[in-house]
Amino acid sequence: MSTISTKPKSQGGFAGKLLKNQIFIPIAAMLLLLLFNLIVDPSFFKITMGLNSDGNPVLSGYLITILNNGSELAILAIGMTLVTAASGGQDISVGAAIAIAGSTLLRVLCGTNTRPDVLRTPVFVAFIVCCLVAMAFGAFNGALVAIFKIQPMVATLILYTAGRSIAAWINNNELPIISDPKFAYYGGFIPGIPVPTPFFIAVACVIVITLVLKFTNLGLYTQAVGINESSSRLNGLNPIFIKWLTFVVLGLCVAVAALIKVSRLSSINYSVIAKDIEMDAILAVALGGNALGGGKFNMAASIIGAFVIQMLTTTLFKFNVPSDALPAYKAVVVIVLVVISAPVFRDTMSGLAKKLGAAKNKGVA
Amino acid sequence: MENNNLLELRGIYKSFPGVKALQNVDFFLKKGEIHALMGENGAGKSTLIKVLTGVYTKDDGEISLDGQEVVIRSPQDAQHAGISTVYQEITLCPNLSVAENIYIGRSDEIYQNWRKMNEGAEKMLKSLDIPAKATQQLGSCSIAVQQMVAIARAVDMDCKVLILDEPTSSLDDQEVQKLFGLMRELKKRGVGIIFVTHFLDQVYEVCDKITVLRDGKLVGEYEIKDLPRVQLVSKMLGKELDDLSDIHTQENQSVVDDGSAPVFEAEGLASTEGIRPFDFNIRKGEVNGFTGLLGSGRSECVRAIFGADRVISGTVKKDGKTVKIHKPIDAMKNGIGYLPEDRKVDGIIGDLSVRDNIILALQVMKGFFKPFTKAEANDFADEYIKALSIKTASADTPIKSLSGGNQQKCILARWLLTHPDYLILDEPTRGIDVGTKVDIQKLVLKLASEGMSITFISSETDEMLRTCSRLIVMRDRKVVGELKGEDLTQNKIMNTIAGGEGQ
Repeated sequence: MSTISTKPKSQGGFAGKLLKNQIFIPIAAMLLLLLFNLIVDPSFFKITMGLNSDGNPVLSGYLITILNNGSELAILAIGMTLVTAASGGQDISVGAAIAIAGSTLLRVLCGTNTRPDVLRTPVFVAFIVCCLVAMAFGAFNGALVAIFKIQPMVATLILYTAGRSIAAWINNNELPIISDPKFAYYGGFIPGIPVPTPFFIAVACVIVITLVLKFTNLGLYTQAVGINESSSRLNGLNPIFIKWLTFVVLGLCVAVAALIKVSRLSSINYSVIAKDIEMDAILAVALGGNALGGGKFNMAASIIGAFVIQMLTTTLFKFNVPSDALPAYKAVVVIVLVVISAPVFRDTMSGLAKKLGAAKNKGVA
Repeated sequence: MENNNLLELRGIYKSFPGVKALQNVDFFLKKGEIHALMGENGAGKSTLIKVLTGVYTKDDGEISLDGQEVVIRSPQDAQHAGISTVYQEITLCPNLSVAENIYIGRSDEIYQNWRKMNEGAEKMLKSLDIPAKATQQLGSCSIAVQQMVAIARAVDMDCKVLILDEPTSSLDDQEVQKLFGLMRELKKRGVGIIFVTHFLDQVYEVCDKITVLRDGKLVGEYEIKDLPRVQLVSKMLGKELDDLSDIHTQENQSVVDDGSAPVFEAEGLASTEGIRPFDFNIRKGEVNGFTGLLGSGRSECVRAIFGADRVISGTVKKDGKTVKIHKPIDAMKNGIGYLPEDRKVDGIIGDLSVRDNIILALQVMKGFFKPFTKAEANDFADEYIKALSIKTASADTPIKSLSGGNQQKCILARWLLTHPDYLILDEPTRGIDVGTKVDIQKLVLKLASEGMSITFISSETDEMLRTCSRLIVMRDRKVVGELKGEDLTQNKIMNTIAGGEGQ
């Protein structure tokens, strides 16, 4: 029996550090998708400047579509990450909540007239009301989870089921249409600016959450509560309030996403708007390498994760996958991504790499 | 070479990022032997056990059982090889019944005969004198009983090697004796037992041999009769110990009642946890303690003081002024700190870094909108890592990867950082090595001499005698007496706990 003194190697330098970093997961997934597109059809990367139907210069191309459509998802991923971290569960009602918030927005803008020539209230005011309503529903979910200790997915199942009928009821099941072209700016383009507005809104949200995480203890508190509630309480935190708060913040994200969604159509379709977006938002969090069981999180990874999910959707569309079959294809890709990002898999891989290295060393000795 | 070793571990190596946990460690166990594995926190005891039970894979080395080399890659492998473990922390499922816990994961059959299982469990519980019903939900049993069920499970698995990792830390004396009886019985049957504990008395009571580890290396294997206690301690610490009596020489001066208001005073305090209303006070620079048997309510008392349980009656005064303490943050704002009894459940925030764990309480007091800068947080962490000599790879290391004693030091650092007037330490020395125990006791006395008031709770009476100048004795969730000065003796405490009726 030979006793080789195996010195523990210091964690393989820069590459090792990068590999350990959580943000590596969504970035690797993104690079993989980009590489795939580059090989199969480089036209994916083409961006053209053209004029839209109103005669304004706009950028178009698949990458722009991703930035555009990924915006709502990124905004929702922010709230979903916080909810996941603090409560150890997910909110599956965000799609339905977007329907409610969007419906509220239209109701306030249009009043009782479903085809108004002029808006009854400024968009700003309507948006505030929309925020309050969305946050109220977030608070409802939050109360069920934090105070009544209902499992988050079960608690939000209530709103998931009821949300779209509530949304329809708000406008008496009518479909208001807004003709004011200015309302379309939020989900489309502002004349003269060729980059889609939703992207700017998403960037603004990212900046806000970055500042909030930097200048408050939201990050530390949500993580502490998510990891050990009892211990957090004994350190003076109020776990119930913090969990509840994350749901309210998610409500705010829902309101912003609803503004974009409704603005895109200048109308609403209660049963289709933001359908299944909750699943994409949860996937974004998971793809960001965040534990869905709560605890530590990495906000940047979630946000990048959201754009990767959108990139996947857009790529599939580009290859003419019929929209009915889309979820199935998506599922396959998602399984691969999530398995790769699972700690078990990564540990095994790094263990394998170590063994290979050790075998080499032994060969030398 | 004559070889009648049941279990042999040779040249075991195991390292983690930044730590060499085990280096060239040998360990031999004979049939029918109770073998103590001793060492300070971080000496590598737990790692060795986990390598042996397949929780960790060894980097290098050889394990053989009955003279044949075995490969252990998972706890299942270990179980099949006949190695069973009872860990310090309960690793059973609290939501299952006692019987289910005993038999879970052991049947190869598709069908489970529930009645037979329950009957078997009932019989075993009776034979081992464990006060639990087979069909009772495990979570409803006391920690001590849960521990015994875990042992029953291991015993029932006809193991060749039984590993007991700190099994006695939550048991009272009677239960410990029962456990020792069980161990001797198993020894007669030829089972080899590896016994990991911090209680020196217990080692000398039941063990045949001692293997000492230090800093991941083997110090040596000794026959129990060849190794006096003092030498064992010095081998564990790696230096000649100026003995625990060092602390003794420091006089426990009772704090003079100078007529000033006590730092903390409670009257008729009671919480939802069922303690009888009690009065309590502590003066500046005083160290007092709650003592009593397990479950006598000593922890519940301090939890009521800190507002950790819901307080239902009583008035509380801080520095003579009436204050309201409904929840922990109220207590913290009044300068009270509380190191909880159960480190894992109530103390550490496992996935967070050592730094975040240290600053947490102070950060919460400072407020939601005023986070410490990275530099400030780092300074705080580095200061206390140094001051309490916390062994960690860095301040960024998740606290859960530290050894128990070092985790405890982090929690202690967390509260010291808030500079409390009044600090409550509930079992700060549980599951901690001798060296750190002494450190903590010395620290308590030093803090008190600097004017901090401290309530100290420990299951080990001699620790309390060494540190406290006044003891509040509890029985059946009721304060039954108070001892100070000359009354502070082991006998007197025992008598008070027993209520004078027991001899």
